[in-house]
Amino acid sequence: MYVAVKGGEKAIDAAHEYLAEKRRGDAASPELSIAQIDGQLALAVDRVMAEGSLYDRELAALAIKQARGDLIEAIFLLRAHRTTLARFGTSLPLNMNAMRISRRISAAFKDIPGGQVLGPTFDYTHRLLDSSLLADQEPVRAASADVPLAASIPRVLELLGQEGLIEPAADDGQPAGDITEEPLDFPSTRDRRLQVLARGDEGFLLSLAYSTQRGYGRNHPFVGEIRFGCVPVSICPEELGFEIYIGEIEVTECEMINQFHGTADVPPQFTRGYGLVFGQLERKAMSMALVDRALRVAEFAEDQIGPAQDEEFVLSHCDNVQATGFVEHLKLPHYVDFQAELALLRTLRKERET
Amino acid sequence: MGLIARAKWSELAPLLDELEIPAPVEWLRPPEMGMVMLKARAGDGGKAFHMGEATVTRCVVRIGSGETGFSYLLGRNADHARFAALLDALLQSAHKEFVQAKVLSPLSGLIAERELMQSRKAAATKVDFFTLVRGEG
Repeated sequence: MYVAVKGGEKAIDAAHEYLAEKRRGDAASPELSIAQIDGQLALAVDRVMAEGSLYDRELAALAIKQARGDLIEAIFLLRAHRTTLARFGTSLPLNMNAMRISRRISAAFKDIPGGQVLGPTFDYTHRLLDSSLLADQEPVRAASADVPLAASIPRVLELLGQEGLIEPAADDGQPAGDITEEPLDFPSTRDRRLQVLARGDEGFLLSLAYSTQRGYGRNHPFVGEIRFGCVPVSICPEELGFEIYIGEIEVTECEMINQFHGTADVPPQFTRGYGLVFGQLERKAMSMALVDRALRVAEFAEDQIGPAQDEEFVLSHCDNVQATGFVEHLKLPHYVDFQAELALLRTLRKERET
Repeated sequence: MGLIARAKWSELAPLLDELEIPAPVEWLRPPEMGMVMLKARAGDGGKAFHMGEATVTRCVVRIGSGETGFSYLLGRNADHARFAALLDALLQSAHKEFVQAKVLSPLSGLIAERELMQSRKAAATKVDFFTLVRGEG
């Protein structure tokens, strides 16, 4: 027998009103504007865009405000919004050589053409709370050099590539898969894995990346290059038939140099791990690159010993919208399921007594 | 057109006051918001993959003198998209020189200045390595 239960509408309305009041916080303090979130909580906006898989600073800032700063809730909101938008097409591949660079470093080589450019980074800060930020600050004006950066800065891994010391970055010519169009299947391919990782949860990927460093699938990484800046986006709309530039986005790219590998035919070469994310999310880009390399385990006939090398495990669990959906659904009414479980337990206990 | 897409709306908007657009203006496709999927490559020339989507606004216009203009712009600024299409149409019309002189040329100066300043700030954070010589010779 199934008994439909109704009710709770009034309670739900009141709960949402209560939420709206809590969202606003103390009415005596000024309301947070979307522009303030975009400008002053920029890295939260970056994270919501990356994991929401939709580049739009204003929408991501709105989602953060609506979600009271709960970033996974905000990511959920943005993902839900993207399903309401039509897709006009696919861009031409982003060209990282055309990046207007704000930051660019290598941990593998000290002297690199174009230099080590630190950019706006937390690195080398003392991680001491700055109590001066408790009060409003005069805007800071950053120093500027007389001479700008070179228009194009060569990629560090290409320097190794010229000597044949690293595997070439090659495209097999197969069209890139799209997990938003067709569901993920196993075994997967590197293009699909990279798409999943690019929108995967930062915390989950960080921990997996860390696990490879601790021995659960070591791949001996060096940061070949990290670069952050603006890259141009171009599309070729069908109705026009030629390429047009439509704007630029901020991305962080991480190219890892990993454990070398050789075969009877190919002399030993370093291998690659690749990370690319929206915004300035260096930790995420690095984690992605480490996990990308770990997941190439079959390609290099390596022993699979850690969870980070198990693509079904990694790809099925790194999406925080899916994960939170399934975990959080447990708090929705399961009254009937639980009654069945309870009845079963009572029967078992009765049988045991007799 | 690239210049108009590269501009911030706050840079472009003040340059549009003197613009004369031949009537009637007919919106063949009013501003429409959607997305494009962004393709990337795993390293220079590497395997192509889809990294995520970005919002885009597009529209198509026909101006009184008969030219059609189109625009595709990242983001959701309908005014920016509308004027990008109008400017595209005007650039094919007799108003071409006016648009070049009054809009594109000052715009290109503003963008160049903004991008130069960003690059100079980044350049100020470039590391100068020096070597400490220890011991004698």
